[in-house]
Amino acid sequence: MSLFRFFKSRGTAPVARERLQILLTHERVALGPRDLVAILRDDLLATIARHIEFDPEKLSVKMDRAGAFSTLEIDVEIPSDKINSAALRRTPSTQASAA
Amino acid sequence: MSKVIVVTSGKGGVGKTTSTASIGVALAQTGQRVCIVDFDVGLRNLDLVMGAERRVVYDFINVAQGDAKLAQALIRDKRIDTLHLLAASQTRDKDALTDEGVERVIGELRDSFDWVLCDSPAGIERGALLAMRFADQAVVVTNPEVSSVRDSDRIIGLLDSKTRRAERGERIDKQLLLTRFDAGRSNRGEMLSVADVLDILSIPLLGIIPESEDILRASNVGAPVTMTGLTSLAGRAYRDAARRLAGETVPTVIPDEKKTLLNRLFGRRAA
Repeated sequence: MSLFRFFKSRGTAPVARERLQILLTHERVALGPRDLVAILRDDLLATIARHIEFDPEKLSVKMDRAGAFSTLEIDVEIPSDKINSAALRRTPSTQASAA
Repeated sequence: MSKVIVVTSGKGGVGKTTSTASIGVALAQTGQRVCIVDFDVGLRNLDLVMGAERRVVYDFINVAQGDAKLAQALIRDKRIDTLHLLAASQTRDKDALTDEGVERVIGELRDSFDWVLCDSPAGIERGALLAMRFADQAVVVTNPEVSSVRDSDRIIGLLDSKTRRAERGERIDKQLLLTRFDAGRSNRGEMLSVADVLDILSIPLLGIIPESEDILRASNVGAPVTMTGLTSLAGRAYRDAARRLAGETVPTVIPDEKKTLLNRLFGRRAA
């Protein structure tokens, strides 16, 4: 069995993988910014967690659409002692600038 | 603190009901209070998989519409004290469930249980959306097969947009439960690998359940694999998944059912 298989071409899984990757890239775009908020939330979580210890549940990200504009609302609750200890670890030059 | 988990997939037949029952049993075996809830109105099956099909008197819709008290509709498992089932209605149509009704019942369940596992119907219609609506976390059940992976991707998108938590700007944890996995075929390149599926769906892994004859045997007799057979690989995989769900760190092994002597001699080497 395995000898025959050795001489046969490789399995079909790589084809499945490639087809899915192409299809899903397309579908994710076609279905709109489906989880843009979720993607942003995950990225924000990772970024903030690099600098400050905080409860991920206390991060709220909301996107509202009104006419021609969208607003992105980011709300993070951080205990003040964490801010102080994070500031001590950082030098002023690496301070994050708020957009 | 109680957790509401939706077990969902988009595609049908991938193992949502089996997984709900098996994980529910495994969690309840540790003494935690667990309620498994069937959201598949019109096509209920969780009762059958749990061996409780003849004990359903009142169902989810009766409670949601106020025709029965929750306590009257809950079916306590005869084997595990801390495990309860809330069956779906077999006769009513799926529009009988409303957002408000479901929210109230889920709220009541939160008061009495540590875990509420919602077995979602297949599809992305109203029933599936209601099952995920009030969940804190999701278990996405996926087979290593193209149509299942595609549908899971769709469901992940819905979890991130249509749930109450998502609408409030909160996080909904999503974890992948890869079912019907065949390590041999995957090693031979005939089946998507665990890494492939994780890479495509990019959500964390809850567990890998091997394709196993024990699953059919378990549903035949109405006793999930985690209830009996301590030796079953599928049972062990479900127990590990339940422990991870509860926050424990359990090392992931890729279960390989067919590591017999003959296979070792003649088959390709397993990774």
